[in-house]
Amino acid sequence: MTKTSMTVNGKAVSAETEGRTLLSAYLREGLGLTGTHIGCDTSQCGACVVHVDGKAVKSCSVFAQDVEGADVTTIEGMANADGSLGTIQQAFQDHHGLQCGFCTPGMVMSSAALLAENPTPTEAEVRHYLEGNICRCTGYHNIVKAVMAASGQAVPAE
Amino acid sequence: MHSFELVKPKTLADAVAALADGAQALSGGQTLLPTMKQRLADPGTLVSLTGIPELQGVCQGDAGIIIGGATPHAVVAREAAKYYPGLAALAGQIGDPAVRNRGTIGGSIANNDPSACYPAAVLGSGATIVTNTREIAADDYFLGMFETALEEGEIVTAVKFPVPQKAAYAKFVQPASRFALVGAFVAQFADGVRVAITGASNNGVFRWPEAEAALSASFTPEALKGLTLPADDMIADLHGSAEYRAHLCGVMTKRAVMAAG
Ligand SMILES: Cc1cc2nc3c(=O)[nH]c(=O)nc-3n(C[C@H](O)[C@H](O)[C@H](O)COP(=O)(O)OP(=O)(O)OC[C@H]3O[C@@H](n4cnc5c(N)ncnc54)[C@H](O)[C@@H]3O)c2cc1C
Ligand code: FES
Ligand code: FES
Repeated sequence: MTKTSMTVNGKAVSAETEGRTLLSAYLREGLGLTGTHIGCDTSQCGACVVHVDGKAVKSCSVFAQDVEGADVTTIEGMANADGSLGTIQQAFQDHHGLQCGFCTPGMVMSSAALLAENPTPTEAEVRHYLEGNICRCTGYHNIVKAVMAASGQAVPAE
Repeated sequence: MHSFELVKPKTLADAVAALADGAQALSGGQTLLPTMKQRLADPGTLVSLTGIPELQGVCQGDAGIIIGGATPHAVVAREAAKYYPGLAALAGQIGDPAVRNRGTIGGSIANNDPSACYPAAVLGSGATIVTNTREIAADDYFLGMFETALEEGEIVTAVKFPVPQKAAYAKFVQPASRFALVGAFVAQFADGVRVAITGASNNGVFRWPEAEAALSASFTPEALKGLTLPADDMIADLHGSAEYRAHLCGVMTKRAVMAAG
């Protein structure tokens, strides 16, 4: 075991790791940040997406030691300073972009990465960007509406 | 996953030294991590290539563009666009955004998955694979499914691409894996056309000489009329039969020619 340090949601943190400790395990078990979900653990579903140095990555498919020193943002870092929901989170609530909520942390993190790159995406661009995020519940339409709303654009009709 | 030690050198020389005694390279990990979780790979030591500046980036060389071996797909999609749009477009179609932020060109061509995208661009462009010890022509590099000319401990440090006059990749996506069910890369150079097909053959990526000859004579979709590939050595699985894949080779090559314009 060695101590691995990074910045998570703006705070300097460290936790014990082995070589094989995944970033997802570092966050969930090492730091108790269980908002990052593990859906598949095989890099397919996107539930575990977090940002590493501003880039969306699947935390189940990165070793914690390989991103030592990085600046990581998780779903816990998406709320406003006063604890209220951030813009994207609020849009998911307003537009019923979630049902069971299992995929939601990854959906929100991927959506945030998209909007950082492309602040006013088209509906097609939203759908394309969220290709790696799988949702068993919503059928995606309301997720797409939420992202369009979060970007300040008109929400697509039914 | 079995336990192992992870080392993260800052220079290529240190990485080569660390790999000398049987360790395995780790680049984006988008193939290796899932493989290790299934316990299909069990390295004692992993040598991360992600912290080595000399393996990163896209730049213009004397005879085309040079891409560092540990450059992620997303960087190629963005930075190669002004030099070689056909290649950048291919990189931008690999997997999904999170996979593209981690997965790298060196990892992709070292792995040589028979359904991967990059092998088609590397072979279809007649690129050169640069390693820590030598340069290997694409025609001598891909040796079959998951097999390459790389020796134990050899690292892909860069890939050099000549830039064709026109090129495009047409991918029939296998929607569950997001890999290519069949993908065709066509590239027109002053001295002829190259065509490379991925996803179809049990022997991995291959060139299609008859299509190359026809397109060298006339770079139009019509030139491919009547050309077919035998289904004998094609991959057959629940996503498509060998005959279906053989048929798709022609369809995707035509689409690539149309996309190249
Ligand atoms: C959900 C998903 C979808 C995907 N879709 C596609 C797709 O559509 N098309 C596609 O082509 N690929 C796809 N991939 C694969 C992806 O592109 C991988 O990133 C790539 O195949 C491997 O690159 P890597 O950098 O992640 O390599 P790693 O996983 O780190 O390594 C792979 C292998 O290469 C070796 N290696 C790594 N780097 C080097 C080097 N520089 N020199 C020598 N050996 C090296 C490693 O030891 C290992 O054996 C997908 C992956 C996932 C998880
Ligand atoms: S848990 Fe990481 S992609 Fe599914
Ligand atoms: S809301 Fe249930 S998986 Fe997406």
